[in-house]
Amino acid sequence: MSEWLPVAWFGVIAFGVMMYVLLDGFVLGLGILAAFARDEAQLDDMMNTAAPIWDGNETWLVLGGAGLMAAFPRAYAIILSNLYLPVLLMLIALVFRGVAFEFRFKAVRSKRHWGFAFAAGSILAAFAQGLMLGAIVQGLPADPQQARTTFAWFSPFAMTTGVALVFGYALLGASWLILKTEGNLRRRAREWIRPLIVAMLAFIGLVSSWLPFLDSRIMARWFEGNRFLWLSPMPIAVLVCAVMLWRAAAMRSHDARPFLLSYALFALGFIGLLIGLWPNIVPPSLSLWEASSPPSSQGFVFVGLVILLPVILGYTAWSYRVFRGKIEGGSGYH
Amino acid sequence: MDVLLLSRIQFGFVISFHILFPAFTIGLAHWLAFVEWRWLKTKDSFWRDIYFFWLKIFAVSFGMGVVTGIVMSFQFGTNWAILSDKAGNVLGPLLNYEVLSAFFLEAGFLGVMLFGWKRVSDNVHFFATCMVALGTLISTFWITSANSWMQTPQGHFINAQGVFEVANWWQVIFNPSLPYRLAHMILAAFITTCLVIGGTSAWYLMRGVHQEPAKKMLRHAVVFAAIAVPLQIFVGDLHGLNVREHQPVKLAAIEAHWHESQPGEGTPLVLFALPDEKAERNRAEIAVPRLGGLILAHDWNGTIQPLTAVPPSERPPVAPVFFAFRVMVGLGSLMLLLVIASLWAWKRGTLMQSKWVLSAWRWMSPTGFIALLAGWYVVEIGRQPYVVYGLLRTSEALSPQITRAAVMSSLIVYALAYTVVFGSGMWYLRKLLLVGPVPQPPKHTGDGEKTPARPMSLPDEKLDGAAGDLK
Repeated sequence: MSEWLPVAWFGVIAFGVMMYVLLDGFVLGLGILAAFARDEAQLDDMMNTAAPIWDGNETWLVLGGAGLMAAFPRAYAIILSNLYLPVLLMLIALVFRGVAFEFRFKAVRSKRHWGFAFAAGSILAAFAQGLMLGAIVQGLPADPQQARTTFAWFSPFAMTTGVALVFGYALLGASWLILKTEGNLRRRAREWIRPLIVAMLAFIGLVSSWLPFLDSRIMARWFEGNRFLWLSPMPIAVLVCAVMLWRAAAMRSHDARPFLLSYALFALGFIGLLIGLWPNIVPPSLSLWEASSPPSSQGFVFVGLVILLPVILGYTAWSYRVFRGKIEGGSGYH
Repeated sequence: MDVLLLSRIQFGFVISFHILFPAFTIGLAHWLAFVEWRWLKTKDSFWRDIYFFWLKIFAVSFGMGVVTGIVMSFQFGTNWAILSDKAGNVLGPLLNYEVLSAFFLEAGFLGVMLFGWKRVSDNVHFFATCMVALGTLISTFWITSANSWMQTPQGHFINAQGVFEVANWWQVIFNPSLPYRLAHMILAAFITTCLVIGGTSAWYLMRGVHQEPAKKMLRHAVVFAAIAVPLQIFVGDLHGLNVREHQPVKLAAIEAHWHESQPGEGTPLVLFALPDEKAERNRAEIAVPRLGGLILAHDWNGTIQPLTAVPPSERPPVAPVFFAFRVMVGLGSLMLLLVIASLWAWKRGTLMQSKWVLSAWRWMSPTGFIALLAGWYVVEIGRQPYVVYGLLRTSEALSPQITRAAVMSSLIVYALAYTVVFGSGMWYLRKLLLVGPVPQPPKHTGDGEKTPARPMSLPDEKLDGAAGDLK
């Protein structure tokens, strides 16, 4: 059991993080695009597309955190304590982003302030998450006792991944809007897609070509043996997705297609990242077996996961079904 | 101030702020389930108006609870990395079960509860409300279990690396203090909500607005408090016996009991004192002989272990524990008085007119929160200097790499952010309370699935308008 359980948990946490990135990603994207909303009514519509589901989407982040603590406590301790300030930044940003959903609709005079809190909170949270990602990829000490300076995570590379994630989430947000809205807002969302594809591809290229200079291990992993042959479809798939998305942005009859394609882009990037990390949970040297909690802990929660995760996915899907379809512009705001 | 103290202050601040919202929403979710059940039963639109009124309050409180809860779930890793590293095998799975069995349930059905009114049938909507309420209870169970294990750890062993490993999950989860702590916490949450509902109703009655719903809500609050407050005092007493058995030093700090009692003298009940830790005695002490032994040990000659039985390095800070406990018990006694006065007035038929009783309800409405926080301080400060009682010191649980500047700046950032969020939240809650329950438009049927649900958190009323035109 101690052989496969850590691998299964690595899969579970990867799944949880991916669910978070895909689900809260488009909500954060809405916030990033909020800065470009034409007026308060349009922002109302944008926020209303996510109001019933943002809370559930954000719960995947807590699952990722709690799952990491349960299955890989050492990794949890190292990552969070070494990334103290980016984590703080993300949490505070998420606080403001979250309460903005409730407060903005209750405010009249201060409505603009909560719109700003929504936008700034989303941008900051996305940027901080990208920072954390970049800092983890760059590498952290393998021992929680090992001291690092408060700003050890601060690097041009982490800044770049931070900005990249902001653009990436914005792309998800724009394609979500195409799916959920009509009229003027959908038209604007279509206009946002293409510049965001360009920005996202540019950043994927920049980050990918930067990686070998950061750490040869990640590249070795890609080019080891004949692995590259197996993996070579991936960059091609990224390009194919990007081209299809570019074309889908103009097709008025396919509102779901941009959303699915931008999800595919994210999923490909995420899988590439996992391949680069494997078998480490904290690069460069803490493997997932070294960070694993004992089978008594991993097994105990795994049983619960196997039983509860299908139930969770079931009622989450039901909740999305209840709120399916387009929202009507300006409804309920009299 | 050093990193340890700053980190403790930060954790205390973040958790104190957070706990208010879950506590309130645990009770409120059940109240909403009850009200919706009454509505489905009677089909009286009166109940639906009450439902939507409290639903808006619930939405604001729940939102604040969610966002501050996310902060909580990362605090263990950022500030207490060694605790996470050493006790993560035990605490991680408990918190993970909380997320899996409670958070997703609440979040999944909350959307339907708040926004799905027109999109699902009445029965399905009621089911969603019940699931949210159930989620709050399951969440309380797991978080209380994790906390109780840190207070009365068992079912684990410590391996060669000094890391906690679980030998028996049953013993970890159902550790000796869990039943008392869980019952005490859930009752505290229910009473807190009950006092807010009753206090709001009394306030409406005094102002002469929303008379009918206010009368009904006040009656429900009185009945509930009459059951829950005495029950809470009983549970609190049992919890005290449990603390005496498992955390004697904490009990000694609660009582500011420094020295061994003389044989046959029993233990006095210290009503008031200024504990002096250096001199190991109390100043300005007012005490009732023997009563302490009777209450704490259920025996006239009962004794408890004194603080000086352990070296000073093993004692918690006495004064905060001592005073916080007295605040909690004092407010609990006032709640009991409120119940007695209300029942008496009800019997005489003056409950809805008595200015005294109504103002008492009004002024008591925030006391649930204060008692809850005070109780929390007794529990948490009382277990110092340990984070896992008797096994892992708080000072040894701290993240080694964080600096004073980092903790100081994050504490300031949290304090500023929470002040803005809490201040605004209170402002909107106050506005919602000022508006009160208003007749809801009847549910439109047959306008198709494409009609978006009207979000309940939308202003049907101008909230920034003058309070005067709300009557």
